[in-house]
Amino acid sequence: MAKPQLVCPAGSLAALKAAVDNGADDVYLGFRNDTNARNFAGLNFDDKSLTEGIRYAHQRGRKVLAAINTYAQAGRFADWTGAVDKAADLGIDAVIIADPGVLDYAAEKHPALRRHLSVQASATSYEAINFCREKFGIQRAVLPRVLTLAQVENVIRNTDVEIEVFGFGSLCVMNEGRCWLSSWATGESPNTVGACSPAKFVQWEKKPGEMDVRLNGILIDRYANDENAGYPTICKGRFEVAGETYYAMEEPASLNVLEMLPEIVKIGVAAIKVEGRQRSPTYVAQVTRNLRQALDAVIAAPDKYSVKPAWAAELGKVAEGSQITLGAYNRPWR
Amino acid sequence: MRNSLSLPTIPAFTLPSLVARVGARLPQWPHSVNLALALNAARKLGVLPEETLQELEGKTFRVTVLDTGMVADFTYRLGAFRPIFLALDKPDLHFTARLSAFLQMVSRQEDPDTLFFNRTLSIEGDTELGLRVKNMLDALEWPQLSWQGLRPTFLKG
Repeated sequence: MAKPQLVCPAGSLAALKAAVDNGADDVYLGFRNDTNARNFAGLNFDDKSLTEGIRYAHQRGRKVLAAINTYAQAGRFADWTGAVDKAADLGIDAVIIADPGVLDYAAEKHPALRRHLSVQASATSYEAINFCREKFGIQRAVLPRVLTLAQVENVIRNTDVEIEVFGFGSLCVMNEGRCWLSSWATGESPNTVGACSPAKFVQWEKKPGEMDVRLNGILIDRYANDENAGYPTICKGRFEVAGETYYAMEEPASLNVLEMLPEIVKIGVAAIKVEGRQRSPTYVAQVTRNLRQALDAVIAAPDKYSVKPAWAAELGKVAEGSQITLGAYNRPWR
Repeated sequence: MRNSLSLPTIPAFTLPSLVARVGARLPQWPHSVNLALALNAARKLGVLPEETLQELEGKTFRVTVLDTGMVADFTYRLGAFRPIFLALDKPDLHFTARLSAFLQMVSRQEDPDTLFFNRTLSIEGDTELGLRVKNMLDALEWPQLSWQGLRPTFLKG
């Protein structure tokens, strides 16, 4: 049975070390600018922390991947090509790219640098993935979280490109790379500035008995004191529709594939990704440690695998909205 | 895990309500002074990144510990944390939680987003400033403190 790589997030050097120490095979991260889709204040890597992070991971036989996964903005293409050059110069093991223009540049300029197709490229079919293989020589593609397990298997059967799928982390509306909800409210979105619901537009307002959250003045949700909260994104808000107030798009929840891990490994995925570069080293350590143990258990004896209550408890605790889901993987409808 | 202060496992607890009732009636300025002193000590150890600190210039902060009744107001001005003695009307950033949650966060036992999702931690005010401070705390690499390191320099051989 092929052993998938465990790909874990890092928003800081401390998180990178937590990922490596707890069993990640690959760690992915971003630079301190809008070339990556987690461009938040105080997060990500400068040259010094990146150099140290790469050294730390390589010394322990792990790989470091750089997410350069936003779309190059008009007149600023050099910022994105500069990020690719920097990744190559510093010894990054692979770049994760969404923009075809940036992919083309990386393929031309740094043919020896591995190229992964980002989830933000929104490629859900093997035709799209094989096209990127042919044109830009991608070695791996990260699948958007919209496919059932059978659909993922179909992609894997029809391509030579390694397939990476999400295994744990916050879910959004999952229209990856094509979502404009944040832009609609704020004029800024992951593709353009590297952040969904940029913090400067978010207001949490505590009142007696409740807490309101607004995005650029638009009321997204109102939580009672005992209700779990989620990230302040429009897709996870509660809205009044036809006289009823409810989650009109989706509930805040985190994907958790523990339950179907043997099936995911069996169909031949090359890598399993954990979401959460915006989270703390504590989260990275907790999620990496539990998924490492689960994955090792599947590899050792897939037939004897069962989810240990301790794994489920720890992963359930760190989930967004304290809720977990299998997402699209087990969707019965087509 | 590495890079964490070695504290024993901290359970989620709530102190008896009497503590908060008494605590809230005591003068609050000593808490502001102590917290500012601690933060300045961390700054001098080089634990807090200089570039993030510069972003805090002139901002006001409040930390409320619900079950001890402690409220500490402070600011960062001219390169140092300074206590504020007159209670702020509306701080730029306000963290509220029980004592156990703060301890769990500092010792890297619990993730701040998790505590926020389950409503154990409340963050009010300037969201971007809050994110910056949260990310600064998350990125800290605690130095390996030892008694040797804490001895006054004149005692070192």
